[in-house]
Amino acid sequence: MITSFLMRSFDRSILIAVAILVGLAMLVPALNLLTAPDHPLHVPTYLVSLFGKYLTYALLALALDLVWGFCGILSLGHAAFFALGGYAMGMYLMRQIGARGSYGNPLLPDFMVFLNWKELPWFWHGFDMFWFAALMVVLVPGLLAFVFGWFAFRSRVNGVYLSIITQAMTYALLLAFFRNDMGFGGNNGLTDFKDILGFNIQANGTRAALFAASALMLALCLILTSAIVRSKYGKVLVAVRDAESRTRFLGYRVEHIKLFAFTLSAMMAGIAGALYVPQVGIINPGEFEPGNSIEVVIWTAVGGRGTLIGPIVGAILVNGGKSIFTAAFPEFWLFALGGLFVLVTLFLPKGVVGTAGAYFARRRAELRGQAAETPNNLAVEPMAAE
Amino acid sequence: MYRILQILFVALCLVISAHVVGSRAAEGLGPLIDQLGSAKLSDMDDHITALAKTGDAKVIPVLEALGEGELYQRKSDGKVFLVKAQGADLLLVDPATGAGAGAAPKAAMQKVKVNNAVRRAVRSALGGLTLFSDDTRARLKAAQSMLQTPNADALEAIETAIAAERDGAVRQVLDEARAVTLLVSDRPEDQKRHAIALLAEGNGRNGLAVLTSALATADASLKPDIETAIARIEQTQAFWNAGQNVWYGLSLGSVLLLAAIGLAITFGVMGIINMAHGEMVMLGAYTTFLVQEVIRSSYPQLFDWSLAIALPLAFLVTGAVGLAIERGVIRFLYGRPLETLLATWGISLILQQSVRSIFGPTNREVGNPSWMSGAFELGGLTITWNRLWIIVFALAVFAALLFLLKRTSMGLKMRAVTQNRRIASSMGIRTPWVDALTFALGSGIAGMAGVALSQIDNVSPNLGQGYIIDSFMVVVFGGVGNLWGTLVGAFSLGILNKFLEPYAGAVLGKILVLVLIILFIQKKPRGLFALKGRAVEA
Repeated sequence: MITSFLMRSFDRSILIAVAILVGLAMLVPALNLLTAPDHPLHVPTYLVSLFGKYLTYALLALALDLVWGFCGILSLGHAAFFALGGYAMGMYLMRQIGARGSYGNPLLPDFMVFLNWKELPWFWHGFDMFWFAALMVVLVPGLLAFVFGWFAFRSRVNGVYLSIITQAMTYALLLAFFRNDMGFGGNNGLTDFKDILGFNIQANGTRAALFAASALMLALCLILTSAIVRSKYGKVLVAVRDAESRTRFLGYRVEHIKLFAFTLSAMMAGIAGALYVPQVGIINPGEFEPGNSIEVVIWTAVGGRGTLIGPIVGAILVNGGKSIFTAAFPEFWLFALGGLFVLVTLFLPKGVVGTAGAYFARRRAELRGQAAETPNNLAVEPMAAE
Repeated sequence: MYRILQILFVALCLVISAHVVGSRAAEGLGPLIDQLGSAKLSDMDDHITALAKTGDAKVIPVLEALGEGELYQRKSDGKVFLVKAQGADLLLVDPATGAGAGAAPKAAMQKVKVNNAVRRAVRSALGGLTLFSDDTRARLKAAQSMLQTPNADALEAIETAIAAERDGAVRQVLDEARAVTLLVSDRPEDQKRHAIALLAEGNGRNGLAVLTSALATADASLKPDIETAIARIEQTQAFWNAGQNVWYGLSLGSVLLLAAIGLAITFGVMGIINMAHGEMVMLGAYTTFLVQEVIRSSYPQLFDWSLAIALPLAFLVTGAVGLAIERGVIRFLYGRPLETLLATWGISLILQQSVRSIFGPTNREVGNPSWMSGAFELGGLTITWNRLWIIVFALAVFAALLFLLKRTSMGLKMRAVTQNRRIASSMGIRTPWVDALTFALGSGIAGMAGVALSQIDNVSPNLGQGYIIDSFMVVVFGGVGNLWGTLVGAFSLGILNKFLEPYAGAVLGKILVLVLIILFIQKKPRGLFALKGRAVEA
């Protein structure tokens, strides 16, 4: 039964991608930890962290793709959910520092001592336990998305209006988190982490484990989203994207369908943020920057929205390009990124993966058409305009 | 009885001041000054006060010299002179006439002794004396300083000055200063009561502090008066503060209006969000910067005209850039508003980075022409000229745009396309042409907004980003396709923001406004002034 569920839920490309991710989760840590530094196959730790970061970005892009690619909701505030998850993880990591901070206060993080606070604010309680923090990583972004989406979808805010409103949301959060009074470290955010689950966060082993966790989590979410979009619900989701009014008239509660996708997507973004923070070692309000959210959109667009592999490929391609570009020609990165936005929307609306997929589908159709001489093969093209 | 005394006193003051103005006063000055030489340190205070009371401008250099230790007494006859060292000798100046009195060897002279108490007395006497200066500004300054640091000893000097004062503004400050000083003096109660009434009437920034401190020390009979006066001043201040908030709100609203109005028409007509709109504002500001650079280096006399020159230029530059963007990118993306949003975001990144590469990442200096700098007082409001002109300018742009939309054939076409693109097209309107011109127009207006904003904001590559989200909020709040919505949206958001600020702080105020807009959208998803009809649901 499980096999049949699996068979129904994935096509071959998803299975390959999951296999690659699981393989990476085992291979990269092994190459990092078990080979000597001068071995030709050795993966240096900084690369492990860098690619671990890319994988969390890929997860964020996948989350966005679920709502944008499959439901037509262009969220310009997904980085906010990512950052909220990151903050939840950051709070756990801050509590783990304990008395090792520069002020040596066993209870209060350094910035609170600095602000002369006497006791822990109520919302910091419980974050010394990992399970609680892990729960919050999912619940806080999920709750925000639920409340926000409930209001927005119920009153049928859609299209560019919704995009702008999500942008306003992340902007409001940006301003809020910059305030010292909020109790999240203000401008500087949370940093100087020491341990995660008792392991030193700087150690090679921990970094490799975090990479593996990111890869496995991405694989898991890929399986989940794939199952969702191939389920009956997923079909309705696409229907909402392509003809919202018609779907509504057919008797579906469009707002519930959207709300589920939006909330789930926010939770995935939160998980991505939580995996991101220990790997980069800092979380600050800059993550709420509206520009960040829009960048996530371009990763998804480059890879190909409406395909599940696309956002993963896109996130890694664009961020890899960014790392190389900003090191080589820092002046030109924004030109390149800006150009990417323009060129992809103009010439590559299906993204790299979507275009390649369409090409192969055509090839296969041609080959099969030659073999069976049935010219009416339909290549499924769900990419209608909004 | 007191009234009679008061009248007598004023009359006396008048006599004295008349006396002061006369040149004969100088003759009486000599002996007074000479007394300084022989007086004991403990009596100096009285002598200085006596000198100051003459109110003669010639006393000023004498007292200054006394404070500096440049006042000497001639040992032979006890006469006091202002001196200047010249080699081994001292050059003498007769203080009463101001004429030179030859030189004398140092040994023949003795310095008039001073200590800190004397210096203090000199300083306060000098403060009172500048009240009689010929320079109106010096008098005003002296009066203001007496108003801020009331000193009972100066009361008579102030009253003398009031009697002599002809300048209305100075007179007003002096009156207030007198009232303030009266409160700290030991004058009779009903005079104090008058003073309190006077303070309560004025807009009383200084009065409040004095009254509050007087409340602690005043007699029991005066306390109720003071308390009502304080209440009244606080009420007036609350009123003017509210007025000031409205003013700030209008000012912010006009800025928002300028930034959002171009966005509103492109959004209204074409249904697309132009994320590069903020960068058009920035380009307009940089155009102003360039115009001013040219003027500074080549035609400095034209500086006051720089904004007038920059306005059409900015309109043309940004309009042309907008046209290029529309023809080059946006027209290929029709029917895909979300993609347009992304593409224009990319363009905004490119424009920002171009400006950063050309002009550098730092702020560039754009000057205010003379007619835009400075401020004036209106009641209790401080109004800066640049803010006032920006409000006027924003309204002028609004009116011009309204005229364009309602009274020209271009406007007619734009409205037709806004309402129903397909029908408009089938009626023979060339919608692509309308789109291109609308986009150019919206961009051009953003450029003109940039000229205005260059006067109140830092001109840096990030200038536009600061306005873009706020302008979106205005458009979303006001509704699309209706300029009045933008107007109402801009000003109500501006005023709301400024009224929330004092209670919630600038940042929290802004957050609250954003949250309120998000909630507002629930009720009216299409904004305040929504277009009605089927076309909207497309």
